Amino acid sequence: MTAIFAIAGVVIKELYRRKDFYVLFILTVLVTGVMALANFFDDDKMVGYLKEICLLLIWISALAIAVATAARQIPAERENRTIFPLLAKPVTRGRVITGKFLGCWLASGLSLIMFYGFLGVVSASRDHHFPAVNYFQAMWLQWVFLAVVIAMVILGSIVFAAPSSNATICVIAVAGMLFMGRYLKMIALTQPEPVRSILYTLYFVMPHLEWFDVRELVIHGRGLVPWVDCGLATLYGAAYTAVFLFAAWICFRRKALN
Amino acid sequence: MSSIVEIKGLRVVFRSRGIGEHAKVAIDGLNLSVQKGEVFGFLGPNGAGKTTTMNVLLGFVNASGGSASLFGVDVREPIARQRIGYLPELTYYYKFLTVEELLRFYARIFGIPRREADKRIDDLIKLVELEPARKRAIKHYSKGMQQRVGLAQALINNPDLLILDEPTSGLDPLGRMKVRDIIHRLKNEGRTVFFSSHELGEVEMVCDRVAILHEGKVRVEGRLADLLQKYHANLEQIFLQIIGYQPPIRP
Repeated sequence: MTAIFAIAGVVIKELYRRKDFYVLFILTVLVTGVMALANFFDDDKMVGYLKEICLLLIWISALAIAVATAARQIPAERENRTIFPLLAKPVTRGRVITGKFLGCWLASGLSLIMFYGFLGVVSASRDHHFPAVNYFQAMWLQWVFLAVVIAMVILGSIVFAAPSSNATICVIAVAGMLFMGRYLKMIALTQPEPVRSILYTLYFVMPHLEWFDVRELVIHGRGLVPWVDCGLATLYGAAYTAVFLFAAWICFRRKALN
Repeated sequence: MSSIVEIKGLRVVFRSRGIGEHAKVAIDGLNLSVQKGEVFGFLGPNGAGKTTTMNVLLGFVNASGGSASLFGVDVREPIARQRIGYLPELTYYYKFLTVEELLRFYARIFGIPRREADKRIDDLIKLVELEPARKRAIKHYSKGMQQRVGLAQALINNPDLLILDEPTSGLDPLGRMKVRDIIHRLKNEGRTVFFSSHELGEVEMVCDRVAILHEGKVRVEGRLADLLQKYHANLEQIFLQIIGYQPPIRP
């Protein structure tokens, strides 16, 4: 375990020594801050819109940080050849994959804490109301969502050579799952065979990332997701994360590094 | 004497990557044994298979045939690398870390307790004379300083076997002397050093035994003193003769 935490620690150090995170955070603060100052048409629903935009920015920024960080981990190790002194130590490739995943996931968690902290400040200052438990649940589910995405990107980084192509493919896949996932079954019904069976299979095989998106509940103050459902969603996310990481380990295990 | 490095019938074939490209036999039936306390020079021209052999020993490349072991443990087992230190030819380190952070990272990988790691890090930073720069990120170091970082990380676990790939390449004469001193010190402590080099003068100064590799096969292996006596020549002349180099005829 020590090796896994050591590798994760380096990933986190790299994130906070790079500028990406700060740029995204400052952009989110600026966009939301400017919107918070404006009071369009004396609309009472302004706070709701503000929260919606803030949460959208948080989702986009967190996804960008997670994908960009995870996509470069293994390719950068190979490109900069830092993988050689690392694997010359008594560390398995499975631990390298796990350490990289853990580092990216913890780093994403730290970013989420900062983003949601800012959302809390915006919400408390304009809405005079701070539903901490709702924010915690939304943040937790988003963090589980990011675990699935990071594991998928790490698998992609072993299959595809270039981090940019991997990041692009993964962002498109995640967007597809988020926006199309819930409709895939309905689309399948309208299609002839064999497209119907293919779409059905895809519907049941792919991770339903949209289940982790509870922004609507937060924005409109519709209460909490039952904690049992929240726990099941966590297990569902953990299962997909494990599958992706296992596949990544299988691909990386016998890969020649010369 | 017990074998620290044992290679038997090693064969490495790189598969073709494109249409019309043939598979390349990098190593063909290599047999090698390095004993405890030896300084072993692994020589050969570029493309002879030295780095591939080292990559197999370090678990980066899988053998297509034969076997390789370190301390009697198959090289495919990560535990085989518990007692080795590896210095790559070029500096491949996380450049956003300081030397202190990098050494602490590798100490954690080896599972060295924190107090012991602190002491060892201090000693190594002193040994490679990087004390004034210990809090600076490695990306701001000169090439020679980065090479010294490499040496420090290779020694963090107090290794019984040190694998050095071109350890003196890119170093100034002072740096080379320091590397030689460290190799001598490790030899005096009864440790084993396995290194590849093109600097045949350096090899003559530090090695007990050498092997000359050419086209994936060991052409000559033996005690350095015996080889020099047998061929009545220096190491460079032996090397050129073994690889079949014909000097150009001058008019």
